[in-house]
Amino acid sequence: MQQRLARGEAAALGELYDRFASLVHSLAHRVLDDEDAADRTTREVFGYIWEHPDSYDPKQGSLRSWVAAVTRHQAVRRLRQTEAASARDCGPGAPEPAELEQKIHEASTAARADYIVTSMPAPLRDALELAYFQRRDYRQTAAELGVTEDEARRRLRLGLQLLSTAHNHPALPPSAPTARGRSL
Amino acid sequence: MNGPDEFDDRGAPGGPGERPRIPSPRAAAEDHGPLPDPPPPTSDLEDGGPEPASGHSAAPAVRPVPASPAAPAPPPPPHKVLKSLLGAWALAACSPEETAAVEAHLTDCASCADEALRLRDAVGLLHPADSLDLDPLLRSRVLENCLVRRPARIPVPEWATPYDAEAAKLDALLRDMGEAEWRAPVRLRWFQGERPVERETTVAGVIGHLMTVDGMVATALGLPDPLGGDVPPGTPGPTTRTETYWRTAGEEPSPLATHGPWRDQSHALIRTVSFAGGSVGELSVPYGGFRLPLCDSFLDRAFECWVHAGDIADAVDYPYEPPAAAHLHQLVDLAARLLPVALADRRRAGLASPARRLVEAGAPGRTLHLEVEGSGGGHWYIALDSPAALGSPERTVAHIALDSAEFCQLAAGHVSPEEAAAGQNGERDAIRDVLFATASLSRL
Repeated sequence: MQQRLARGEAAALGELYDRFASLVHSLAHRVLDDEDAADRTTREVFGYIWEHPDSYDPKQGSLRSWVAAVTRHQAVRRLRQTEAASARDCGPGAPEPAELEQKIHEASTAARADYIVTSMPAPLRDALELAYFQRRDYRQTAAELGVTEDEARRRLRLGLQLLSTAHNHPALPPSAPTARGRSL
Repeated sequence: MNGPDEFDDRGAPGGPGERPRIPSPRAAAEDHGPLPDPPPPTSDLEDGGPEPASGHSAAPAVRPVPASPAAPAPPPPPHKVLKSLLGAWALAACSPEETAAVEAHLTDCASCADEALRLRDAVGLLHPADSLDLDPLLRSRVLENCLVRRPARIPVPEWATPYDAEAAKLDALLRDMGEAEWRAPVRLRWFQGERPVERETTVAGVIGHLMTVDGMVATALGLPDPLGGDVPPGTPGPTTRTETYWRTAGEEPSPLATHGPWRDQSHALIRTVSFAGGSVGELSVPYGGFRLPLCDSFLDRAFECWVHAGDIADAVDYPYEPPAAAHLHQLVDLAARLLPVALADRRRAGLASPARRLVEAGAPGRTLHLEVEGSGGGHWYIALDSPAALGSPERTVAHIALDSAEFCQLAAGHVSPEEAAAGQNGERDAIRDVLFATASLSRL
């Protein structure tokens, strides 16, 4: 895919969109909580990838995880801009910078967590889905999944362990590394 | 096992006389009330203060069970078992006894307490998946923006872009659908001769139909035939191919057997024509009884894809958007260009009024002015006497005006020529013939 994008194959761009648009849009929406802003971020993310296909390094991870990282950076950048703009408009009543940073950090963590949930192995995700969203206890979860109770406990614990790594990252720096000296 | 000491405060990280409290993460799973708020993060194990409000008061948090001399507690489960329960505990998915045992254990075991907090914080990150549907028109806006910023070295030919967009839109609809919806009955309607016909299949049956008919274009380009070894002899048309597929796939082709292969083939088609360059559009694609240039067959496939996606959307009660105006215009244009041949076919079959006069090839003849209004619309001049004649505004003998959506419904065989909401003016026979010829463009 990366080679096809680098070659300038428009058909590859279409396939890239079909594969990742819903991921990009939902992550952007999680950070920005605004439909228009998520649409615009989606445009920027694909624009960036199409213009810089070589900035993806397969040694660093999957294309999907890279697309998610570009999206998070881009969405957080936009959130920072809109928050700063609204803080200026608020004048003295504006929230403290620390409060702002906290909000941005939480939004970024939420997007990271969403990505982890969508990319964890389906058996773990299914177990979490049953136990959390459908409020089954682990015995019911085991029965519904057709696994032993031990296995259900293992999946719930492992799923949450993966999810908890969303907290392990530092807050994004004010200028996203994807910018590379030019605006997206 | 330390016996009753297990539950003693001494030596616990909370300090003398204080039991470190890790509140239950949420109401127990047996409580079928609404979801509580995620638990407030507690990063301080030493917090011996009052328990933070736990979102819900309906089900009181289960407290650690102190050893009571009156009813001696059974020995608690070993560390390994309690540790394995931490995920379930954080999700409030344990029995009350297990919850109590875990919470008692947390006061003694620093490593478990640490993990318990981490997992409970992670529960707060769970979030229902967005049910937001992606705006189907976003795709073309995003791709356009990309191609302005960096022009494609290998572009998708313009005549293939409506197919690209429609296939992507249908793909998005299919991805939003649940397993049960794939079995929804879908009514396919078209117009044969003088009358409407219909046929019932499932969503999966429709996708199989699209895939096998797209397969005619695929084989013309040297790609594999989705029918594989089941291709009937000769050059079977869309109907024969579809019937063959439905017969071999059984009554209910599975979603997996149709969705992925259909989508992969549509991607392969786009990719192949992009690399083949512009002149490949002249390649002739056999449709059984007739042939179309490849560029027109891509428009035909885009139209079919849209029409059948609409049938599916109706069947599962989803909204569905028409093609973008520029694409719609190309689709209407194809239908308008096919009309003179369709008229001649119907004339030969005795279904249309005979030609009034012979016209030399390339010379202007009697003309119907087709005015299509709304998105993708425009003006077309349809030669009435022969496919070889030239339609010309000066020789107009009749005028039809109708909305582009109505025209496409007519061309899809979804409304009858008598009922099409069309403004009419001029020779009645010519108007009738063209409306019927438009409906006759439809097929299975």
